[in-house]
Amino acid sequence: MCLAIPGKVISIKESSDEIFKIGIVSFDGINREVNLAMVPEVQLNDYVLVHVGVAIQTLDEEEAMKTMEYLKELEDLNEELGPDINQEGIDEGDKN
Amino acid sequence: MSDRKFTLQCPMPELDFEVVTLGHGSGGKLTNDLLDKGVFSLFQNDALQQRHDGAFLDIQGKIAFTTDSFVINPIFFPGGNIGELSVNGTVNDLAMCGADPKYISLSLIIEEGMRIDDLWEVLAGVKVSAEAAGVQVVTGDTKVVEKGKGDQVFINTTGVGITHPAVDFSMDRISPEDVVIVSGPIAAHGMAIMSVREGLTFESDIISDTRPLHEITSSLIDKYGKDIKLLRDPTRGGVATVLNEVAKFSRVGIELNEYRFPVDTQVKAACEMLGLDPLYVANEGIFLAVVKKDIAQQALSTIQSHRYGRQATIIGEVQEENPGKVFIKSKIGGRRVVGMLAGEQLPRIC
Amino acid sequence: MKYLEEFRNEKQVKKLLNDIHSIVTREWSIMEICGGQTHSLVKNGILNLLPGEITMVHGPGCPVCVTPIGMIDRAVELALKKNVIMCSFGDMVRVPGSEMSLMKSKALGADIRIVYSPLDALKIARDNPDREVVFFAVGFETTAPANALSVIQAAKSGLRNYSILTSHVLVPPAMEAILSDEETRIDGFLAAGHVCAIMGSEEYEPITKKYRVPVVITGFEPVDLLHGIKSCVEQLESGKSELDNQYKRVVRRAGNQEAQSVIFEIFEVGDREWRGIGMIPSSGYHVKEKYSDYDAIRKLDVVAVDGKENPDCMAGLILKGLKKPHECPLFGNKCSPSNPQGAPMVSSEGACAAYYHFGYEPE
Repeated sequence: MCLAIPGKVISIKESSDEIFKIGIVSFDGINREVNLAMVPEVQLNDYVLVHVGVAIQTLDEEEAMKTMEYLKELEDLNEELGPDINQEGIDEGDKN
Repeated sequence: MSDRKFTLQCPMPELDFEVVTLGHGSGGKLTNDLLDKGVFSLFQNDALQQRHDGAFLDIQGKIAFTTDSFVINPIFFPGGNIGELSVNGTVNDLAMCGADPKYISLSLIIEEGMRIDDLWEVLAGVKVSAEAAGVQVVTGDTKVVEKGKGDQVFINTTGVGITHPAVDFSMDRISPEDVVIVSGPIAAHGMAIMSVREGLTFESDIISDTRPLHEITSSLIDKYGKDIKLLRDPTRGGVATVLNEVAKFSRVGIELNEYRFPVDTQVKAACEMLGLDPLYVANEGIFLAVVKKDIAQQALSTIQSHRYGRQATIIGEVQEENPGKVFIKSKIGGRRVVGMLAGEQLPRIC
Repeated sequence: MKYLEEFRNEKQVKKLLNDIHSIVTREWSIMEICGGQTHSLVKNGILNLLPGEITMVHGPGCPVCVTPIGMIDRAVELALKKNVIMCSFGDMVRVPGSEMSLMKSKALGADIRIVYSPLDALKIARDNPDREVVFFAVGFETTAPANALSVIQAAKSGLRNYSILTSHVLVPPAMEAILSDEETRIDGFLAAGHVCAIMGSEEYEPITKKYRVPVVITGFEPVDLLHGIKSCVEQLESGKSELDNQYKRVVRRAGNQEAQSVIFEIFEVGDREWRGIGMIPSSGYHVKEKYSDYDAIRKLDVVAVDGKENPDCMAGLILKGLKKPHECPLFGNKCSPSNPQGAPMVSSEGACAAYYHFGYEPE
């Protein structure tokens, strides 16, 4: 469950008690105060996964890049192979 | 309250009271004080200055007549206030009737204890928006209710306008192959309100899109007349709600394309964060037009030539299949129904 | 948005669909656990793009749907108390209890406030020192750290007017309950990526071994889901039953240790009732005795109630994946989002609401 989206940490406010550590996380320009207690290793400009106002995990950007590269390869492979093997039920998105 | 942009344009006079009291609504001297210094000093026109119980209007043509009440909370939000909303809302209702808005009434129900400088900002908002829209506030009413029985101020505006002779809007006229156009980016107003709602607040540059649309609608009817089948502004319930109504009452299907919907980046991000679908979020400064296919591209250009229509796009078309239903093709190539919501869309965690 | 939009790539979606179509040779039932996964599958129109041999079964991963009706009744009772401010996530307020939902109780004078975060509820408590603030703390493991955090912060700040009404449920026991049910025929699972972000992938390894089913952890975007489905089908076609983490950018084997220690500071595992399913042992979190001052049930006077369900509602069968929403006789006529008979129709994540909203016709 659960609706959690990745955002960039643009400021961190340290606290004497980690439990109260907060930061501002930006989601494409939407800035929200987010609790950072559960991501103690977080640095400025890191990406974190935010769920109900709390950062629940840091995004592993290396893993994300690996996944995106692998998916890009798939995409390129698809183009090399030509038209789709199975067209049934697949609509062409109209991008005009 | 953040900025007082309207007060800056219409400076508040010296007043010897700081808050509105029950006495100000009782009809006596205090009421006159409030009206004289508040309302009449702001709205200078012949009809209102007569101070009759009603206004005499000389109007030729088919009259369009509409009313709307505004009970929003908070009354100040990024991009505007309830005053501005109440003018543009009624102006736009008249625009959707294909009419040129002329006169509005202004009825205020003020909560005891409302600060007079807040009230002034709201009234100044009414004045500035009325001037921008070219309408006059010709009559009105003021009441004060006990503290706790209102949200600072409720406003009702009723408007009259002159219907363009070429207008022929009707759900019955909508037919397969008609094209659906949206005049601008969606979901801005609703998300601007969300950004200041207790419990959901976030910082952003999102502002309400409240603005008058009648100049654009007038051009459309001037140029294309009957080929404009319907105009609707998707306020509460958003684009999805209006299109469902159209599909139902016209007994047609509507096919939309997710690719084509203009949505501002920050509005989209805010929707992602709260788990809201922009199709159901309120708008105050855009309209939907259902137009004949032959003139769709030109109609689009006409809208885009206006400053409030620059981001207009064709978002879909009417079809014979699946009458009463609205479908959308998702960006990844799938297809789903866009249904009616049972109630207000609420932020979700899942 | 970065790390979100990239996983909605249309070309990649098409490639993955092609792959799935080309590798599948027989019928398979795959359960996606999480309501967020269901929502994404339906919203993006993916269900109709999959080959007919694959049946996606919608699991009980909607915390709103599985909150027992008696718990909602308790929330309503609390909300109607004069001095109480009841704070809740948005999706919870419309779920009907035996008599009414929290939303309807507003009309009777209850002070209900929708919040995005439990920390917002804490702020309301600080701003209203003379009122008793209760936060309706529902959720799976993903939400437990945030809910627990609000209690830790309250305790550390000496805030006395805040408590949580807890209805937390856990995924692995639910999966085991489903797999142990003789009537179930689920061949593979898509596990919930955000639950796993907290708890780690390791808790699913015993399940794959014990029940010999493949479990693939996925994210929620179309590419993530399709990649997960492809991986699951590949395993099924080759007779494998392994744990596969396809959400590595967020899920680590041990999960988030800080989040887990926050959870276990406040909560302990205990039995929980699941709406529509019944009691599942060790399937929920309860507030520890040490923090009983922050447990609304122990702190405030709340009567334990069982709650009355509509006997015709087949939520349980749907949540266990034994029936589809449009196979229910109430679907679309007596039961709809404006008049829900059971929880899966109320929450927009619930299978019934998703099916209704996105256009499935009753059978």
